[in-house]
Formats: sequence, structure tokens, C-alpha cells
Amino acid sequence: MTTTMFTLNAFYGLALAMNMFIIASGLNLIFGVLRVINFAHGMFYMFGAYIIFTVTKSWGAPFFVGVLASAAGLAVIALVIERLLLRHLYGKEHLMQLLFTFAVVLLMSDAAKMIWGTDQYSVGYPAGLGGAVNLGFVVLPQYQLFLCVVGPLIAIAMWLLVDKTRAGRIVRAATQDREMLAALGVNVPMVYAAVFTIGSALAGVGGALAAPRVALVPGMDATIINECFIIVIIGGLGHMWGSFVGALAFGFVVQFGTVWAPNWQDVLPYLLMLAVLIVRPWGLFGQPESGR
Amino acid sequence: MADLLVEDIHTAYGLSQVLFGVSLEVRAGECVALIGRNGVGKTTTMRSIMGLTPPKRGRVTWKGQDISRLGPHRICRLGIGFVPEERRIFPELSVWENLDIARRSGAGGKTTWREEQVFALFPDLAGIRERKGGVLSGGQQQMLTIARTLMGNPELLLLDEPSEGLAPLIVELLRMRVAELKATGLSIVLAEQNLEFVMALADRVYILEKGEVRFTGTPADLRADKSIVQQYLTV
Repeated sequence: MTTTMFTLNAFYGLALAMNMFIIASGLNLIFGVLRVINFAHGMFYMFGAYIIFTVTKSWGAPFFVGVLASAAGLAVIALVIERLLLRHLYGKEHLMQLLFTFAVVLLMSDAAKMIWGTDQYSVGYPAGLGGAVNLGFVVLPQYQLFLCVVGPLIAIAMWLLVDKTRAGRIVRAATQDREMLAALGVNVPMVYAAVFTIGSALAGVGGALAAPRVALVPGMDATIINECFIIVIIGGLGHMWGSFVGALAFGFVVQFGTVWAPNWQDVLPYLLMLAVLIVRPWGLFGQPESGR
Repeated sequence: MADLLVEDIHTAYGLSQVLFGVSLEVRAGECVALIGRNGVGKTTTMRSIMGLTPPKRGRVTWKGQDISRLGPHRICRLGIGFVPEERRIFPELSVWENLDIARRSGAGGKTTWREEQVFALFPDLAGIRERKGGVLSGGQQQMLTIARTLMGNPELLLLDEPSEGLAPLIVELLRMRVAELKATGLSIVLAEQNLEFVMALADRVYILEKGEVRFTGTPADLRADKSIVQQYLTV
């Protein structure tokens, strides 16, 4: 492999990783605080992609208005689901939550077919990001370059929010002792609703940003949710930087896998997860569950 | 008129009932002790007042308002602070962060307690403000859990077995601190098994057994009648 090809593949791997990180970090945030494994997260991603399609193609709005619309749309959907239904399942066994979020997948999947049909759609690159940047030895597409900037920005913003603000401290406390936090005057149900809303909005943003890279078809949610789980498990459940590293590992394995071992490309991410779990059953950044 | 009025509360965890009609009252500035052996319902009484395990029957009123059906965060905001027996420090948060998340002006905008004041009360905490809650000693955790609840500027403090598992020297220090808190006019409900700890602090004493109040009186009454101590408190 030439330097050019290697750089190009590494770069595509990185762009894929950053797009996946944005989606997976939402899933991870929700799990970290609510202890709910949200199977509908992939469906939220799909809705994010479809919403930006409608907003940019049908209504003619600029791309970034579409991204905001996807985030806002998913925030509203998530807030309704959380307030009306999901909040009754906190503290229940994981199976109940799994069945519930799976029901959400089925409902939203049919809703998507009613709204958008079963045709395949595509979303164009945003104005000004459809070109390429020539570095001399390699030409890099601008949009993927943009993803490589946005991903770390979102990671840093989340880190600042969670580690350096009082709201973030309250969210961290909620992961540790919800009852004590309530006794200290914090409206914990509101914290949960906010976290679920923000986490789901990240799926919407991730879907909107993925839309120019992928085909919009029914079922696009199913692969994504599996891939998100792989990333979150590799990094360690509930650990934000873990998801970041997990996404990087995933992106590179998928990208170089397609080049070097195309017959294995579907299996490689699972092998990666298996390898990590054998060495560290709680993921790269995770801690063994103590008697919490 | 009492600030806190607990009237005939029955509280259960699922099918297992713990309180069978507990009544008590706390007047402003008063320190009331709940004493009794393990498992008689002291903690459950506090959890019922705080809304953590709401009573199935009976009523809790705070300054004339029925709070029996309010959530714990609402009760906290009305001016009742809970210091749990297990301390419940957030282990992954630093000492300062543990205090910061509890920061709240009290009912009526009272801000008597801020970092400076709690660090002045517990100087040991000032030196370890960056340390994670999970690595503190038992004594430090006990000071932090009280300090943390004070950050919410309560008017009534529910102190659940603060002397539990601490070295005698620390217990003595803690007793002095609680006495200082009482002197500021804070109302206190103190659950204890350590009779020494209670006697010097409490204005009135309730002895609980099997989820019922068996004796109400002053520490002097208790001292005068050794048979009560014998009957309800010796193991």
C-alpha cells in the first residue's frame, strides 16, 4: 500500500470513527446515567438522517439548518417518549427496558415508512464542503475533513460540560446515587429527562451528519445500533473517552478491513470487540462493576 | 406550635411493615433524639419524613404544610436536610464537588451556609477539597455528609446515627460540632444508639421499639428511671 493510499484510508477511517462517535456517545451517555440500554438509538439516528433529507431536499433549507432540525426533532421525540413512557421503567430489570425500546423501534420504523415510504434517498454535501483539499501527496474530501473536526469538538464540549460545570457534576452524581441526590434537593427525574433528550439529540445530529455519506433506506438503523454497541462495549460502558477510543478503533478496523480483508469486513468489528473483552471484560476505559 | 409534626405514620418496604403508627413533633430550634436498638424504625422514620419511603398511612406536616406525598427534592427545598447513616458520599466526586451539587439557598433565600462556613465548622475538609469522596476515612466522610447537607441551608437536620462506626475521639469532636449547629438555632432530629452522644445534646427523647414510640421524655427523665434504659436499650 502506498503512502497515499494508506493516508487516504486512515483518513476515511478517522472520518467514519468521528461520525460513529457522535452517535455512540449519545447511547453511552444515556446508559451511563439512566442505566437504560436504548435499542431505539439506531432508529433515532435514522430519523435524524430522514429529517435532514426532508428539511434540505423538500423544504430547500441549508444543510446546517437541517442538522439543527434533526437535533431538535429527536430531542422532542425523545422527551415525549421519556416523559410518557420510559420514566416508568427506571430501576426495573433491563429486559423490560430492552423490550420497551425495541417496541419503540417497531413503532418508529412503521412511522418512517408511512412518512417517507420505502424509497432510497440521498442528501448532498453541504455548500462549500463538497470539494477536496490537495495536500500534495493525497487529496482529501472536505466533508470527511469536516467530520474529523466536528467529532473532537463534540467530544471536548461534552467533556467540559460533564467535568467542569455544575450541571455536569449533578449528572455524574446521578450516576452514583440517585436517591441521595434527590434528598439534596435535585429534581432527579428532570436530570434523567434532560440526559435522555441530549443523548437522543446526538443520535439525530449523528444521523444528519451521516446523511451525505450513506444511502437513506429503511433498515439503516439496524446496522448502526450494532456498531454503536460494539464501540460502547470496546470503550467501556458509560465512559465518554472510552467511546471516543472505541470509535477510533472501530473506524480504522472497518476501513482497513475493507481494503486488506474485504471478505472479513463484516466480522472484523466483532473480532475486535471479542479481543478487547477477553483482555478487559469491562472495556478499555471501564471499571469492573463494584457492588453499586 | 411544632415545626415538624409526624402523626401516626405507618411505613413499609414492600410487604414488610416497619413503622406502626409513629408520632412525634419538633419545635423550632429543638434537638429531638430517636433512640432504640437496631431495626426499630429510626432510619425508616427519617426516610418517611424525607419522602424517600413515603408513609402508607398517617401524615407528616412541616410548618403547617402536608409533605407526606411530596418527593424528596421538594421536601429538601422546603428546608429539611437529611444526613444518612451510610453517609452516601458520591465516591467519584471530589470533596468540593460533593458540596457544590448540594448548594442551594434555603427556604426564604437563606444562605448562611456556603463553603467558607462549612470549612470553618469542619477545618479538616478544607485541606482535602480536591480528594475523591470514595477515598476518605469514615470520620472525614461523616463530616462531609453533614457539611454537604448544610450547603442546602436547611432549617431542620435529620441526623441518622452520626457516631456509628467512628473512633471515640472523632465521636466527641462530632458531638461538639452538632452542639454548635444546635446553638445556631437549627432544629435537629438525631437518631442514635449511643446514649452518651444523645444525652448531652437532646432536649427531648423518643424511644422506639418495633416501629412504635414506647417512651417520650427528657434526658433527665431517662436518667431518673434506669429501668427504661434497661428495658428498651440494653442488648
